[in-house]
Amino acid sequence: MTTPPKSNGPIVAVDGLSVGFRSRAGAWLPVLRDITLSVGAGESIGLVGESGSGKSTLALAMMGYLKTGLHVLGGRVDFSGIDMFAQDRQSLEKVRGGRLALIPQNSGQSLAPNLRVGAQIGEALRLHSALPEARHAARVLDLLTQVRLPDPASIARRYPHELSGGQQQRVAIAMALAGEPEALLLDEPTTGLDVTTQAHILELLRDLARETGLAMVYVSHDLGAIAHVCDRVAVMYAGEVVLEGTAAQVLRDPSHPYARGLLASIPKLSDVCLPRALDGRPPPPGGAGDGCAFVARCAIATERCMVERPDLSRLADGAKTRCHLPQQVRSIPLSGEHNAQRRQLPVELSLSLEDLAISYARIGLLERLTGRDTAKVATVEGIDIVLRQGETLGLVGESGSGKSTILKSIAGLLPPLHGQIALRGQDDLPPRVEDRCAKHLRDVQLIFQNPDESLNPRQTIAQILAQPLKLYFGLSGQALIARTTALLAQVRLGAHYLDRLPSQLSGGEKQRVAVARAFAAQPVLVLCDEITSALDVSVQAAVLELLDDLRRENGTSYIFVSHDLAVVKALSDRVAVLYQGRLCEIGPTVDVYGPTAHPYTEVLLGAVLEPDPDFVPSLSASDVVELSPPACGCPFQRRCPKRLGAICDQTEPPPRTFATGHTIWCHRDDLAAPLFS
Amino acid sequence: MLSMLMRRSALGLITVWLVSIIIFIGVEILPGDACTAFLEREAQGLLLENCRRDLGLDRPAWMRYGEWAANALSGNLGVSPDGQRQISELVGYRLRNTLLLASGAILCGIPLALFLGIVAALWRDRPFDIIVSTTAIAAMTIPEFVSATLLILIFSVWLGWVPGIVLTSSNAPLAEFFPEVLLPIAVLTLVMTAHILRTVRSSVIETLASDYAQMAILKGVPYWQMVIRHVLPNALLPTINVVALTIAWLLGGVVVIETVFNYPGLGRMMIDSISDRDLPVTQAIALIIASVYVGVNLLADLLTMVANPRLRTAHLRGK
Repeated sequence: MTTPPKSNGPIVAVDGLSVGFRSRAGAWLPVLRDITLSVGAGESIGLVGESGSGKSTLALAMMGYLKTGLHVLGGRVDFSGIDMFAQDRQSLEKVRGGRLALIPQNSGQSLAPNLRVGAQIGEALRLHSALPEARHAARVLDLLTQVRLPDPASIARRYPHELSGGQQQRVAIAMALAGEPEALLLDEPTTGLDVTTQAHILELLRDLARETGLAMVYVSHDLGAIAHVCDRVAVMYAGEVVLEGTAAQVLRDPSHPYARGLLASIPKLSDVCLPRALDGRPPPPGGAGDGCAFVARCAIATERCMVERPDLSRLADGAKTRCHLPQQVRSIPLSGEHNAQRRQLPVELSLSLEDLAISYARIGLLERLTGRDTAKVATVEGIDIVLRQGETLGLVGESGSGKSTILKSIAGLLPPLHGQIALRGQDDLPPRVEDRCAKHLRDVQLIFQNPDESLNPRQTIAQILAQPLKLYFGLSGQALIARTTALLAQVRLGAHYLDRLPSQLSGGEKQRVAVARAFAAQPVLVLCDEITSALDVSVQAAVLELLDDLRRENGTSYIFVSHDLAVVKALSDRVAVLYQGRLCEIGPTVDVYGPTAHPYTEVLLGAVLEPDPDFVPSLSASDVVELSPPACGCPFQRRCPKRLGAICDQTEPPPRTFATGHTIWCHRDDLAAPLFS
Repeated sequence: MLSMLMRRSALGLITVWLVSIIIFIGVEILPGDACTAFLEREAQGLLLENCRRDLGLDRPAWMRYGEWAANALSGNLGVSPDGQRQISELVGYRLRNTLLLASGAILCGIPLALFLGIVAALWRDRPFDIIVSTTAIAAMTIPEFVSATLLILIFSVWLGWVPGIVLTSSNAPLAEFFPEVLLPIAVLTLVMTAHILRTVRSSVIETLASDYAQMAILKGVPYWQMVIRHVLPNALLPTINVVALTIAWLLGGVVVIETVFNYPGLGRMMIDSISDRDLPVTQAIALIIASVYVGVNLLADLLTMVANPRLRTAHLRGK
């Protein structure tokens, strides 16, 4: 291994960089404005901001790469003394993937589907490594071992689609390491991964940085991940760096209103309240005007902020902020308001699931003809859940745990193998949605994760909202218009949205329309399937607040599915933890998140990253993805850090119920271990 | 994969079988039969009855279908009512001629379409792409008989290079079709190139914009390596099916072109047989066209499956 000569200056230096595109009218609209930033050897810097803030564009610009249509309007980017935008293609090809490597956001789509992953890592070696060709195969295996993939020889022979999301991400890291880089750019490397997988990947990146002295630029909207990996943090807003400082300066008590709003909008496990929404949306490129870009959403803005753009100025503690009022900033709260104590819920039942079992395996014609053995282990089994009116039940678990499957079954989209689904305690729902009467359909509404796909792009908001009103209530004419307007007002949108198409709305607004459509039916039960996962944190906080308000106004029950344990904690009265389609634990939120927990819940909670630089996650189990539950015994037996022995493998764990109605399915009777020590 | 292959083949056979029933029913509900066609004006009374009895036309439809289908399976497509000649022999020559036309168009068209489509995509929005794309749209929108007439006008009337019409009889040796066959091949090549080219172009452009193509650039893969290793193998997968459809269209008899050039192929024979009420021939040709469609599409699906690692390995993980 040869180490290139290291200069004393920064590895990556961005100096006054502005990047923009030309609008149809011919004006240049900036996407990045006057960015100055440097990364030293062995340093890791985090770039945070909401979608559209320009953080990914900045990271790619550090490689001398701009997406089609974007141009450098001013400034420069130097990578260890090389001006990246003044290089020809060949010298860029030498640097990219070699001394400066990228780990992309979505490895599943960033790995070529036609090449085995070993070949793709081998390609990076061929392009950038000094090793003789004959040793490449062995080096590929070394790299896969270095990123802690089990059985590297078998992984190397697989195609990307044969790997799980976490494994794909590790392959991408191995590929980046193949060129022996001096600096790594990470573009949202853990977005879309399960909490446990994310925690393991971040752990790996931290160790790599420590071992190899790599400089890292870590782009993410996830302040928890940033806090865990980065020494310094730059907060971006509308194409500008608005705050830069050490992780502690930025994440503890930031001196910019946007950073404070962002922090307050993140649900935290340590909080006992809903996060505080940050209203409004950032200006479009070129729409920032003369004043501060954040002025429209700022709680402390003054006359001066409207007309004069603040400079990035250094504060006494060394942090840099782009704000005229760094003294007054501290008055902006960093967390949401505290909720009232536990709510008193009515005793009337909303939904009861009795011994529900669901399987995706369908018995095909061929199997029926040949009489082949079709007995398979069900995807979801033994689900007994009772939901009271006005109650919110959070469903958590890693991907593949059966959360969405249960929702589909309740909605009638996936008939269960056996078991009962009953509304209001006595009203049995037919298993198939086709067999349900209008009343049943009205009572159960489903909101999907991605409003882009669940709203018809050709219909106006008025048409979208009118459908359930016509169908269930036969409304028409003035009454219909009045009701749609009222619904929009309920989700805090004005009547001027009625004539718009979904494509003219932001992500958060679209999801509000989806919520309004669900509430148009005046349902008893609303099923929320990861409805905030595709949204920015500030928007997510607003949707959570909205759901909470609507519940208070209408007395609706929710089943809230999410992989984000902090979000579930913020909203839910009770939480059910699922693993491999089996219940591990169910009970009041404070108890499930409390010290007495199922080992799996403990593993999940231990992997959650809080936006606090001193917070250390506890990784107690592997992040191996299991494709099917074990044939017998406890579903979590293979990954459990507190496994007792043969009893876990052979006997199904008995439910253990505590006084508060908290039930845990585990063989251990010493579960009262303190979680946060 | 073997079970997948068997299932697809079985489905293909079922399709052909269903098509054969539809063809038989379709011909059955047409007024008249072989006897009315053969006897023409005398088709009445005892004469007609005798004729029908001789040919077995008085039996119920399902029996006749069974016989027809069983014969077709063994390659015997029946006898034409006029000359007492084997239909399979008549159709055989026509099929050969159509194959000549189709293979000429395929051999010219596919490489040309791939080349032009890929280059147009790589040079997107540059003059080359604009010229190629516009020409392709023109070639697709102008009806074949118009472009055929234009080519005849230019190459045979004005320049006098090739004859504008095919006068070779259908059972002549293949060599005698040259150079007359060149003009129809040219017209067909034009149309099919335009279709395939547009698919290739948009598919390559889409793949160039994919995350993995961008990743390849950011990994330092030189441009042409990126195109050849990362982009083309993935971009060309969806074109397999378009190519198959085009080939099926070519083999299924290109009626208009064959009529314009007086080319003795399957398509013209089908038109003739319909206007002559030569129903066994119509049935035979329809069956051949259906089989070709099913066969070529089956082949394309299998090829896609072999070429796409996602599909190739999907069954391994299933159970």
